[in-house]
Amino acid sequence: MSDLPRPQIDDRSRPYWEGLAAGRLLFQHCRACGRNWLPARDACPSCLSPDAEWRPASGNGRIVSWVVYHVAYHDAFKDRLPYDVTLVELDEGPRLLTNIVDSRGGKALSVDARVRLAVQTEGDIALARFTLAGDAAR
Amino acid sequence: MRGRTVIAGVGHTAYGKHPGRDRVSLIVEAVRNALGDAGIEKDRVDGVLVKMANSEPSFLYGQRVAEALGIRPRLGCSLDQGGAANIALIAYAAMAIEAGMCEVAVVCYGDTPRTASRAVYHRPRGDEAIYGWYSVAAGYAMIHQAYRHAHKVRDQGFGAVAVACRGNGARNPNAQLRKPLTMDDYLASPWVVEPLRRDDCCLVSDGAAAVILTSAKLAKELGLRAAVPILGLGQGQESWDVQYRPDLTSTMARSSAETAFRMAGLGPRDINVAQIYDCFTIAVLMTLEDYGFCKPGQAGDFAAAGGIAAGGRLPLNTSGGLLSETGTPGLQLVIEGVRQMRGSATLQVAGAKHCVVSNQGGSMQTHATLILGAPA
Repeated sequence: MSDLPRPQIDDRSRPYWEGLAAGRLLFQHCRACGRNWLPARDACPSCLSPDAEWRPASGNGRIVSWVVYHVAYHDAFKDRLPYDVTLVELDEGPRLLTNIVDSRGGKALSVDARVRLAVQTEGDIALARFTLAGDAAR
Repeated sequence: MRGRTVIAGVGHTAYGKHPGRDRVSLIVEAVRNALGDAGIEKDRVDGVLVKMANSEPSFLYGQRVAEALGIRPRLGCSLDQGGAANIALIAYAAMAIEAGMCEVAVVCYGDTPRTASRAVYHRPRGDEAIYGWYSVAAGYAMIHQAYRHAHKVRDQGFGAVAVACRGNGARNPNAQLRKPLTMDDYLASPWVVEPLRRDDCCLVSDGAAAVILTSAKLAKELGLRAAVPILGLGQGQESWDVQYRPDLTSTMARSSAETAFRMAGLGPRDINVAQIYDCFTIAVLMTLEDYGFCKPGQAGDFAAAGGIAAGGRLPLNTSGGLLSETGTPGLQLVIEGVRQMRGSATLQVAGAKHCVVSNQGGSMQTHATLILGAPA
C-alpha cells in the first residue's frame, strides 16, 4: 500500500484514536451543558467549558450525505476508485466523515440510511468505518 | 453608508495562463489598469488592501504588494477569508474611507495556481484524509448531494447554471474558456467527485484584478464620471466546516444579504442583474435562495426555466463567472458588476440600475455581499 496520510495524534486526540484501537468509538461530552461533539477540542463549542469527558458511542447513526471520488488526489486511493466518503451523524449527535464498507462505490447509499460502526485497521491506525444497518443493508 | 463610497476604477490582467510571471507583478499590472480606468494618480492612493494568495499564504503580504506598487499607505492589510475576501476588503476600505482613515484605496488580488501550483485545491483535509477526504471540490460535492436530496433537485437545475455561465463566457472576448456548453454536454461530462461533474467546477486561472475606491464626494470633486456607488455591503460567516455544519442546505449568506439589502434600502425585487460566486454550480443555487430570489429548493427550477439567462428575470454572471471568464476568486464579478452599472458590459442588461455581487470562501464558511447602483 502506498503511504496513507496519517492523522496528527496529540494529547488532546489520543483518547479518540486509542479508543478506536480498542474497538470503541468515543466522543466528548460537556459536563457543564451536556453537548456531545467530535473531533477532540479543549473546550465545549457551545458553552466553552473545559470540563469534558470521553464517552463511548453506541455505534449507531445515520447518513447525512456522501460523495464518491472518481479521481484520486493521492496515490494511496488510486486502487480504491470509485470510493465513498460519507458524512455520518451518530445517534448521540456528533458528526464524522467515514467510509461505508458495503457502499458498492456509493450505489448502496441514501440519505438517512442507518449505519453501524465497523472498526477497521489501516496499517497501525484503527479507523471508524461503518456498515449499512437495518433496511439499508438488505 | 449607502452611496457614500464609490468604485472609481477597475482593472485586470489577461485571464488564463501566465507562465513565469510572479503574482505580485500581475497585481501591479491590474492596479496600473485600474488607476488608468479611474483617472486617478497613483500618488493619491493611501489605502492598499490585498486578498491573500490562495496558493501561497505568506506573512506581510500586503506590505510586499504595497512595496511593489511604490506606495506607503496610511492603511493596508492582507486578508484571508478564502473567496469572500475581496468583497470583505471592499467593505473594510469603504468603512476606512468613511471614517477618514484613508481617501483612495485599492483592493487587489493576483495568483498563479494554473501555471505554478494548484496543490491547494487538491489538498488533504485534516485528519480525515486517511478516509480519502481530499480537495476543495469534495466539500461542495457533500453539500450538493445533501441539497439535491433535501429538495429533490434534478441534475438539469445545476446544469442550467453551468450552461448559462458558459454561454455568457463564450461571448466575452476576455474569457478564459469560450466554449459554450449544452445541457447534453453537461449531463455527459465526467464525474470528478460525484455528484460533481467536471462542468460543475470552476476554472483554475492565473490572473490579477484590482478596484479603486474613494468617497462619492472626492469622486465628484475630481470629476470621475464613471464612479459606481456602493449601496450595500454585508458579510456572514458559517464558520463550521462541512462535516460539522448543522444544516448543509443554507448558510450565513442569508445574513450577509440581509445586511447588504438593509444598508441599501433595497430588496431582491429591486435587483436587475447579479454576479453570483460560481466556484461550483451548487453555490449559485444556494446563494439565490439565501438571498431571497428563490424559495428554498426552487433555484434549480428557476435557472432551468431561463430565470438566470440573458432576458430572464435575473441575468447572472454576464461575463461568464468563475465557470467561464476566470477562476480567480471574486474580483472579476465585482468588475463585471461595475461594467453593468456603467452600461458598458459586453452583455449589457438594458436599463439595469442595481446589481448584487456575492463572494464566498472555503466550503461556504465565509460569504460577502456587495450591492452596486448606477452612476448619478
